[in-house]
Amino acid sequence: MAEPETVRIYIMGKEYRVPAGLTIMKAMEYAGYKFIRGAGCRAGFCGACGTVYRKEDEYKLRFTVACQKLVEDGMFLVQLPFAPAPRASYSLEELRPDENVLLRFYPEIARCVACNTCTKACPQEIQVMDYIQAALRGEIKRVAELSFDCIQCGLCSMRCPVDIKHYHVAQLARRLYGRYLAPKAEHLAQRVAEIEAGKFDEELDRLTRMEKKELSKLYEAREIEEGVGV
Amino acid sequence: MRILYYPGCSLKTQAAGFDRSARAAMAALGVELVELERWNCCGTISSLTTDDLMRQLAPIRNLIRVQEAGEERLTTACAMCYNTLKRAGLRVQEHPEELAKINAFLDEEPDYRGGVRVLHLLELLRDELGFEAVAKRVARPLLGLKVAPYYGCLLLRPRGVGLDDPENPSILEELVRALGAEPVDSPLKTQCCGSYHTATHKEVVAKRAHKILSDAAIRGAEIVISSCPLCSFNLDNRQRLVQETYDGFAPLPVLYFTELMALAFGLEEASSSLEQHYIDPRPLLLEHQLLRT
Repeated sequence: MAEPETVRIYIMGKEYRVPAGLTIMKAMEYAGYKFIRGAGCRAGFCGACGTVYRKEDEYKLRFTVACQKLVEDGMFLVQLPFAPAPRASYSLEELRPDENVLLRFYPEIARCVACNTCTKACPQEIQVMDYIQAALRGEIKRVAELSFDCIQCGLCSMRCPVDIKHYHVAQLARRLYGRYLAPKAEHLAQRVAEIEAGKFDEELDRLTRMEKKELSKLYEAREIEEGVGV
Repeated sequence: MRILYYPGCSLKTQAAGFDRSARAAMAALGVELVELERWNCCGTISSLTTDDLMRQLAPIRNLIRVQEAGEERLTTACAMCYNTLKRAGLRVQEHPEELAKINAFLDEEPDYRGGVRVLHLLELLRDELGFEAVAKRVARPLLGLKVAPYYGCLLLRPRGVGLDDPENPSILEELVRALGAEPVDSPLKTQCCGSYHTATHKEVVAKRAHKILSDAAIRGAEIVISSCPLCSFNLDNRQRLVQETYDGFAPLPVLYFTELMALAFGLEEASSSLEQHYIDPRPLLLEHQLLRT
């Protein structure tokens, strides 16, 4: 049997040979590291495993999430278990989505020099600097839209030369947008009213009393919208 | 005429009336201000360190956006943005080695090739439309209104960046005359308002504002006009502290020059922002019968 293809990686400066095709996270585990923090969903959504690396002979530092990026030959790796970026304390119900609210809780945004280093650090390819600039001029909706794909890994904030806490600013903007600015879904309010009026109680009671076998049969026979699911 | 327009952060927030009146007044003169896409803060605060290239990234990035739009000119109403953007553009033109460094750092953008012209709206009025055209558009001449133009620093200094004679500018006076009002000349019109001291040393700014406004008032001014949101804040909002500090000071309304234009052109946008000023200009304007009640 042929030997599996391997690549050379460096974890905190020490060389390891690991099978090609592993993610950075798997490769580190292969090398014997155990993640207690700095690992979460392992599916690229939770942002817990933000990491930086440099390739041999490259002057640029690169950024990614460790559970998604495959190891490459000559990668220098280090894991960042946590982004120390304080989040402002606020009660959403007491806020108003006015033009200065983001600046009030995160005054550092006024120090942005438009260097765009945050954008270059984003593993989600978000236009981070653009949303900070929008925050500066109180455009909450635009911040919410531009930052929608943020997984809160914090790499932007660790790279910022003026210590902006980008992802917390964006989170506040999305909360304000959701609470005060986004149009309300009328059908949702109607459905909630129907539920509260007991429209579905009888059916729910019937389902909860059902035998498991009977329930499975019902599930198998459910109506499936075309093109949905496997 | 269509021209790329850079509003700047202040005109999107506390100076929204400046933006509204600028767009409306220019539209009345047949100029469509097309907002630059993906603009960022102009850079505003100039650094006191020698190695301040980091501070040039913001203005140069904006000039790259102009290039991306396939244009060669950018206009703005804000004196601060005008000064910052124009100054950075001229600087990298004079220092190609600095531009090379900036372009290398901005490796995610196309290189800035230089040559974008930054124009203040006042320059557009004077040099391209002409104040005669402005006078022709006036629907309600501001007869009898005594207006003191205030230039401050950013429209005039440093030489080469400024848009008029730095010692004795007249561009705002010409505009005031074109609108049918009477310009009031004050030697303090080119002096600094105190600028960013307003954040940490309010009393310095109150002292400046008191001097500048009192001098204009002694010479008969009823109203002051400016083209800078920071100067306006210092001359208008700081009048609260001026009144507390200096006995017998009579408040003086401060407007943006575009608001005066919108007023003279009879545009609705003129009255929509007047209430945003700290010293309410409406009683004075009503007295002169320049506002519809």
